[in-house]
Amino acid sequence: MMDFTPDQIERYSRHILLQDVGVEGQEKIHNGKVLVIGAGGLGAPVLMYLAAAGVGSIGIIDGDVVDLSNLQRQIIHFTADVGKPKVLSAKEKIQAINPDVNVTTFHDLFTAANAFDLIRDYDFIVDGTDTFPVKFLINDACVLAGKPFSHGGILRFDGQTMTHLPGTACYRCAFHSPPPPNAVPTCSQAGVLGAIAGMLGTIQAAETLKFLTGAGEPMVNRLLSFNAKTMNFRTVKLHRDDNCPVCGKHPSVTELSESEQAACDLKKH
Amino acid sequence: MSRIKVNDELREVTLPITLTELIQQDNIVPDMVSVQINGTLLERAKYDDTAVSEGDEIDFLFFMGGGSL
Repeated sequence: MMDFTPDQIERYSRHILLQDVGVEGQEKIHNGKVLVIGAGGLGAPVLMYLAAAGVGSIGIIDGDVVDLSNLQRQIIHFTADVGKPKVLSAKEKIQAINPDVNVTTFHDLFTAANAFDLIRDYDFIVDGTDTFPVKFLINDACVLAGKPFSHGGILRFDGQTMTHLPGTACYRCAFHSPPPPNAVPTCSQAGVLGAIAGMLGTIQAAETLKFLTGAGEPMVNRLLSFNAKTMNFRTVKLHRDDNCPVCGKHPSVTELSESEQAACDLKKH
Repeated sequence: MSRIKVNDELREVTLPITLTELIQQDNIVPDMVSVQINGTLLERAKYDDTAVSEGDEIDFLFFMGGGSL
């Protein structure tokens, strides 16, 4: 048992009160190491809630700088941060929220070359990226390395998320391969209601905290999607697919490659 | 008319109809959607050749890429 200080006991009291968390669960959160890929619309609420919750080690990777058009939804970044690397802006807010958190930043893109090195030291990975090649790369890296992760995607008024633990359905079990370039617009092309990022990101943060504490049932083998125009939420059952390119019986994806990334030019500003 | 379920909602369709035709009825570009028929994922290359049958439960799973930018 670690010894929380009186201030920490008070800070985390609403967690400690929860039967499924308690001091023991808070200790697990404190010992947790989470990598958040992308400090944007999804990464912002994920990082803020994980910081507030007292996750001991948070890694952030993002190669971008804060843009004025980000501020409508990326609530971890403030007006004065425009032009600043997102990882730096995010780190400053996290430290202001909770000095207990140890933040490691990577001002870089998540690529096939650095994926395994980046995820190795973390217990749980959160996908807060917005291009399909990177989403598939995160899935492949996590599946091949046996790492749990949360997938998240948002567009216009919609959001979708699933949690993967080793042995459960992966993102490729539901979406075998990336869509052709430009078949599906990104938020920067089609827009997104700012609060959708918060709705989806907080679900991912909750899944992360559930994983770290062991509370409840992780949202595995399920794809949750919602539409904020109707506020209908829908869960589709997923199965681990024998024909899955990465976790199936005869996988074609056995190592990470950059090729799919080069083939896609979705990431247009 | 035959009854199927699309994303949990009952729908009447005239058979024969291929999956590609069903997708296009909803003004969806087939490349934008991943499809499960009765819980089994279907490869996108097979949409054209897959006939919808009475009672099928079909789930459209949409690609959603946003998040970071």
